[in-house]
Amino acid sequence: MRRNRGISGLLRGLSRRQFLHGSMAAGISVTGFPRFAAAAEARQLNFYNWDTYIGETTLADFKAATGISVKMDLFADNDELFAKLRAGNPGYDVIVPSNNWVARMALAGMLEPLNHSLIPNIKNLAPRFLNNVSFDPGRKFSLPYMWGTVGIGYRKSKFSSPPNSLKWLYDSNTYSGRIALMSECDFLLGMALKYLGYSINSTDAVQIAQAEALVIKQKPHIKSFAEDNGQDLLASGDVDLVMEWNGDIAQLMAEDDDIGYVLPGEGGVLWEDTLAIPRGAPHPENAHAFINFIHDPMVNMAIANTVQYATPNQAAIAMMDKAYTQNPAIFPPEAALIKSETIIYLGEEAVSMRQDSCTRIFAA
Amino acid sequence: MDNWRKSPIAFTLALAPPALWLALFFVLPLSLLWLFSFGTKTGITSIDINWTLANYARALEPLYLGIFLKSLWIAGVTTLICLIVGAPVALAISFSPVQVRPWLLLLIILPFWTNLLIRTYALIATLRGNGHINSMLGWIWRQADGLLTLTGLGGHQLLGAQFTPLEILYTDWAVVIGLIYVHLPFMVLPLYAALDRLDRNLIEASLDLGAGHVRSFFTIIVPLALPGVLSGLVITFIPALGSYLTPDLLGGPDSQMIANVIDRQFKAANDWPFGAALSFLLMYAAFFGLAMRGLFTKHAADGGMK
Repeated sequence: MRRNRGISGLLRGLSRRQFLHGSMAAGISVTGFPRFAAAAEARQLNFYNWDTYIGETTLADFKAATGISVKMDLFADNDELFAKLRAGNPGYDVIVPSNNWVARMALAGMLEPLNHSLIPNIKNLAPRFLNNVSFDPGRKFSLPYMWGTVGIGYRKSKFSSPPNSLKWLYDSNTYSGRIALMSECDFLLGMALKYLGYSINSTDAVQIAQAEALVIKQKPHIKSFAEDNGQDLLASGDVDLVMEWNGDIAQLMAEDDDIGYVLPGEGGVLWEDTLAIPRGAPHPENAHAFINFIHDPMVNMAIANTVQYATPNQAAIAMMDKAYTQNPAIFPPEAALIKSETIIYLGEEAVSMRQDSCTRIFAA
Repeated sequence: MDNWRKSPIAFTLALAPPALWLALFFVLPLSLLWLFSFGTKTGITSIDINWTLANYARALEPLYLGIFLKSLWIAGVTTLICLIVGAPVALAISFSPVQVRPWLLLLIILPFWTNLLIRTYALIATLRGNGHINSMLGWIWRQADGLLTLTGLGGHQLLGAQFTPLEILYTDWAVVIGLIYVHLPFMVLPLYAALDRLDRNLIEASLDLGAGHVRSFFTIIVPLALPGVLSGLVITFIPALGSYLTPDLLGGPDSQMIANVIDRQFKAANDWPFGAALSFLLMYAAFFGLAMRGLFTKHAADGGMK
């Protein structure tokens, strides 16, 4: 949902199901939250977030609990977030970059180290999100917000069995003209590399050339390289097979029984959005308080129910219903998860090489 | 104020705010970008201005030249169709009764009151496989098919076994349709302005002296409206060349235009020097177009005086 710029997406933001969750969430009040003793900072927080990526009442609840009012701005993708902060922080306190972007921004000195002692709710997070985190060792700069996968969304009635291989997207004319791939280069090229048996994060020129050739060969069968509206194409019946974020498809599945989501057998992309504090944040203490608040189990449960992405907060998951915890689009089977990879920051030269490859794909 | 020499203070006061505005928000940022285009990326956020021409050399590689050519082609086709569609519209408006004209002009400008993104999404809903155009065509097909069955020809499947929707969306043609839709007013308005200024007595004289309507059109109206045509061509072509949203949303797998490449350089690829070089090449192309128009109108004016 969050990566949705489309109008239909915005309208879907108010689906019945979410409305229900929202009204339930409104009844939650947070007790026992310690009032923050920072007198020096104005009771203000500037939050830079993805669209429809927060609970319906989270910000109001935070204000009620702490007296800090939150001003939320929205960005459409990591590129936009990075470009906005590149020349200096325009005044944001908390941002929501994805895994590989945390590494890139940390390396560029764009992030403030977190003070874990100000965020006691870290204890609610599942250990695997805290230990051995490749993109942010020791979680020095970021804490997990939501996580998910990029896999295959499909229209069930057009398939006798789930299209659980990248072959159907990249190397087959069976669904010619009924396929949409993501235009975001990391995914377009990364999944092609994955199909060929290489790492999503390959920087090997030969492997990238092979993946590029594979996509160019498949191009006549591809309807569109979707910007971030693949789920709209699937919903409208323009395509039957899309590469998409799991949450976007989960949203669709809530309204259309004919839609399914599968993580390909070769593995997909595993991603994690994080909460981080950009360098030069005007209200760092409020920012810590806000991050801590988000990982309060009740607050987190309300957010997860609204955004329909997987939360790393196991205390929240323990309280949630089966419709969420057993949704295969939110929590895919472990077997495919193990083969999935996280996109990592590969350095400026590799980024540039892969981008050039995508320019050639689009121009071919 | 008939001459700025007579009241230099008033002139300076009037000119200062826009000049300052231009310097601060146009010349300064653009100069920075221009400097970037001669720089080398040295880190994630650092650029070293070392007067290299490498970015321009890279922009002139066949890959990017090809994308430039494709953009020129799409913008050219768009402009041409805009002229063909826009000219009769402008002509009709300029010859319509005076009290109707403002309303007709309003109809031309009306789409501008809606955001481009929303208009583009409306086009998606119109052009898509099960969109409005195709459901209309499907309805016509079914009526025609029903008629054939009635007349006893139904068994021959003259119209095919079933209706096949037109695949318009996600092709280059969808991009051209979208661009025409967006840029048509840019063509109609200058054309109308030129035709409106035209001295009607000349047409009357031409008709009185025995020239037919067709000949009067080509020997009187066209030459006199030529400056308007050129203005229309230029101000349609330049924004169409740099369009970014339309190919992004309506285009197919290979509808990438140069602005999409520039966008990726500034965002995903994080290569501002190269993106700046591509931008300036695009801008030079626009300047070239404007200069050509200037030359043509000067030539036309000189020719007219002889």
